[in-house]
Amino acid sequence: MEKAKKKQFGIIATIVLAAVIVLGLMWATATARRNEEHQDTLARVQKLGRIVWGVKADTKLFGLMDTKSGVPQGFDIDIAKAVTVQIAKQTDTPLSAEFVPVSASSKMQLIKNTNIDGSVSTMTITPEREKIIDFTDEYFDAGQSILVKKDSGIHSIKDMNDPKYTVIVIVGTTAATETKKFAPKAKILAVQDYATGMQALKSGQGEAMSTDNAILYGFATENPDYQIVGGTFTHGPYGIAFDNNQGPMIRETNKALATIKKNGVYNKLIKKWFSDVPGLDWHSLEAK
Amino acid sequence: MNLLQDNFPTFMQGFGYTLLSSIIALVGSMILGTVFAIMQILPQNWVRTIGNVYVQVFRNIPLLIITFFFFLVVANYVKISGFTSGTIALTLYTSAFIAETVRAGILSIDGGQMEGARANGLSFWQAMRHIILPQAFRVALPSLGNQFINLVKNSSVLAFVGGLDLMYQGNMIAANTFDTFLTYIIVAVFYLVITLPLSYYVKHLEIKLKHAA
Repeated sequence: MEKAKKKQFGIIATIVLAAVIVLGLMWATATARRNEEHQDTLARVQKLGRIVWGVKADTKLFGLMDTKSGVPQGFDIDIAKAVTVQIAKQTDTPLSAEFVPVSASSKMQLIKNTNIDGSVSTMTITPEREKIIDFTDEYFDAGQSILVKKDSGIHSIKDMNDPKYTVIVIVGTTAATETKKFAPKAKILAVQDYATGMQALKSGQGEAMSTDNAILYGFATENPDYQIVGGTFTHGPYGIAFDNNQGPMIRETNKALATIKKNGVYNKLIKKWFSDVPGLDWHSLEAK
Repeated sequence: MNLLQDNFPTFMQGFGYTLLSSIIALVGSMILGTVFAIMQILPQNWVRTIGNVYVQVFRNIPLLIITFFFFLVVANYVKISGFTSGTIALTLYTSAFIAETVRAGILSIDGGQMEGARANGLSFWQAMRHIILPQAFRVALPSLGNQFINLVKNSSVLAFVGGLDLMYQGNMIAANTFDTFLTYIIVAVFYLVITLPLSYYVKHLEIKLKHAA
């Protein structure tokens, strides 16, 4: 009798557990589907009076966490602030800008889950990404390059097309796929963020780190033993990203970008962040 | 399921590296853990201290920090890959826990056993090997099984140092396909493929040993 009771309890417990798991999965898929449905970002930010921007927190010059204030600082953040002010003017609603640090691999999912409204995070516009999210016009002209130690004897990405070399890239960046095209024989080591990438380069886990030149310039200023070689071998301008089918938000943001490029705010920001970078012709980045 | 088909070789490569790292770390941490467990119960004070310090250090530092120590610091002096540094860190970290488990097993064996063995002419090490340790392992088996399962899951630390394991490949696939949800579900199932049989095997071993006793 005792044993039968125990057995019964076991069966009921199993059924309840299975039901909880199944219901949980159903709820998760339902939420995911609801997020996929059209949700107007512009309407949401106007209603809530704020735009939540996903920005980088580990990338010098573009978005680097200021440990004193706890807020990321950089070109991306200033662009996001300027665009927010401009959109507030255009739509005649008071808007504040909030910042959430994102990583290269998490930003797409955070946009899809509407954890962030938009993303200004050194994001290259690519056809693959455009299938899933929307991009504005470009706000920064970038291209991929490599950072190597000064006495390494490597002069361009082509020198690295050899299995004895390892190229360090960051998971979720375009560099991870592009490097394979230009140096198919080189090994790839993908790490989670730029800080780890730079540390790995210093401790000899790879001979080069590859990503956009503007980001590499930030590291080269901090680490005088390292230099950028071979110029850029890809062309991949950055865009501001929103969820799919966000016509109104994209329109407003493009208008705002055009305005700050015209009224000199954009050039002021370029000067603020890039005029001190040695080896970089910052005038070429200015809006014409 | 397209995702699984398209990336099957990648998933399998990750699965292989996770399995390899887990096996190396399991064998390594069993040996190291047993050595340090015995060190902690030896009569010599200084040996006991070494054993204690080792266990306290590696048990109380996050696994990720040990891994980064090998990946970023040790790599300055010795060429060491992400896979190797992750596996070494995993071995050291797990061995501290195993040492504690085995030590508890040894202490649970009545002191009379050792005295009896010694009285029958066995040396300390003979008594340890043939009398105490077999019984200690039997007592410790359920908690050892826990440690093994933890070890397999902890091997995901390799993903942070480019260790080519299951989690690393999962991150890469998620980044390339943008299908985060499904990718990580598949990764989780692959982990279950290792951990579920492992937990059943430990349970089976427990029952078998119980009958043998």
